[in-house]
Amino acid sequence: MSKRIDVSDLNIYYGDFLAVEGVSMAIEPRSVTAFIGPSGCGKSTFLRSLNRMHEVIPGARVEGKVVMDGQDLYGSDIDPVDVRRTVGMVFQRPNPFPTMSIAENVLAGARLNSKRMRRSEADDLVESSLQGANLWNEVKDRLDRPGAGLSGGQQQRLCIARAIAVKPQVLLMDEPCSALDPISTLAIEDLIQQLKSDYTIVIVTHNMQQASRVSDMTAFFNIAGTGKPGKLIEMSDTASIFSNPSQKATEDYVSGRFG
Amino acid sequence: MTQLTSPQRPAVGLGTTRHLPSWAPYAALAVSAAFAGAVLALAGFSTAGWLVLTAVVFVVLLVAASRAVEGPRKATDRFVTSLVVGAFLLALIPLISVAWTVISNGAARFDVEFFTYSMRGIVGEGGGAAHAIAGTLIITGITTLISVPVGILTAVYLVEYGRGGVAQTITFLVDVMTGIPSIVAGLFAFALFTLILGPQARLGIMGSVALCVLMIPVVVRATEEILRLVPHELREASYALGVPKWRTIVKVVLRTSVAGIATGVTLAIARVIGETAPLLVTVGLTTAINYNPFEGRMATLPTFAWFSYAAPSLPVEASLDRAWTAALVLVILVMLFNLIARIVSRAFSPKTR
Repeated sequence: MSKRIDVSDLNIYYGDFLAVEGVSMAIEPRSVTAFIGPSGCGKSTFLRSLNRMHEVIPGARVEGKVVMDGQDLYGSDIDPVDVRRTVGMVFQRPNPFPTMSIAENVLAGARLNSKRMRRSEADDLVESSLQGANLWNEVKDRLDRPGAGLSGGQQQRLCIARAIAVKPQVLLMDEPCSALDPISTLAIEDLIQQLKSDYTIVIVTHNMQQASRVSDMTAFFNIAGTGKPGKLIEMSDTASIFSNPSQKATEDYVSGRFG
Repeated sequence: MTQLTSPQRPAVGLGTTRHLPSWAPYAALAVSAAFAGAVLALAGFSTAGWLVLTAVVFVVLLVAASRAVEGPRKATDRFVTSLVVGAFLLALIPLISVAWTVISNGAARFDVEFFTYSMRGIVGEGGGAAHAIAGTLIITGITTLISVPVGILTAVYLVEYGRGGVAQTITFLVDVMTGIPSIVAGLFAFALFTLILGPQARLGIMGSVALCVLMIPVVVRATEEILRLVPHELREASYALGVPKWRTIVKVVLRTSVAGIATGVTLAIARVIGETAPLLVTVGLTTAINYNPFEGRMATLPTFAWFSYAAPSLPVEASLDRAWTAALVLVILVMLFNLIARIVSRAFSPKTR
């Protein structure tokens, strides 16, 4: 159910502006990889390039390779829509569809693509996805209520349920807890730990404690100055990034000397 | 500053503020009404003059009292509040006046016969506007059927796809179309169909084409504004689930904004349903019911009302009554469309509980 991603020499552009330069890394399956770094260093941009979401912005393009199980995601014969079905995404702000109920939100991936589904199948998918997102017990009695009526943390878990309902191989999370309180954050972090047995998870976070708590591998991105491209400075297992980094910039960042 | 340093109001901390009693505005109103009445009784009474003088005296009296008791900030507040309420009442006058005139004059012939009879073979009293009501509904219906898809698709293009020169040109043309006088739209449709069918053509569909020229830009503008309000995050959420762009637009963007689009379409219908001039040159007028928009002249409520008023048959009174009732029916139709749009909005708008 989970796949390995190899990125080599990836340059990401917005029009003529080089936003991220020369990133190469390997993202291991069934593990959590965290991206840390100061604001504007390109970690979110890089994350969005892993499922071709950044192409939504006009003028955005990449050079280089993103290979998932031997297939280049940017190959000319690859449809970005298929890439996004394989690589799911959870956003910074919870964004359930406001016109849909809780159950409809979970089924959105199937329903919006007009996939025919028997009633019992749909019910099973709703239950398993909500179970998977640790939300089932809280909402099982009000599945037909609007998804926008839930609390922020519940909405974010609903978005995770929605993302895993399309059965992706990889789950990208772009600062999934930055709009949430500590208790909801804890619930999401627990969930990430459970999900990693099934999925390849990549998470962008500003919270270094969170990176050290949830991730197996950590990548540190940095930017030399305004207008310069962001670069991958160092990637290693989380313990060594936080206790014994090989780069001076990483040490300065994780010890709080800048950023 | 003298206020702040005076012993009653300490510079720091919360002083006890003095208020005018809650009945003060009403007392001021009564006093100024009596005063204005007394002055005008000497100078010659008129209702309009009395109302204006009452308003002026009321504002002066209340603001002066407030300034003396409550201080300058509260006085300014009361002054601006009075201006806003005054503007509201002023805006209400034409609305109530129109409603009252149309209802009181139109009630005389607001009967079953008016809705079931046409004017075919009717001389003098009696008769009805069934032909005009049918014509208005058919022509407006066809106009809506053409304008709504064209308008919504144009707005979708402008918001979701349009980049650079083409989109800018379309936006510019839509802006220009918004300002076209209705008679010009009518003459356009007239000229177009004259080229195809010859100079004698008068068809319901010609009127629809003329009204489309007026309605499409309104629909485009309204829909465009609503579509831009749909958060970008919802589109991204849909893309991230592997939903193609066109499905995202149909099932997320348009679905989320149905309520607003329905309101915009209703306003556009209200805009064209009362048009008279373009229908007069394209559809003409007739006395019999004609359900076929592709053949022959049709009557519509605005042209029927205009003709009954401008060229009344004898007895004049009966003709004028029919004109007023036609106007009343038109107003009621627009209100019904508004009601339907409200119900649609209520049913489709995003909910949180």
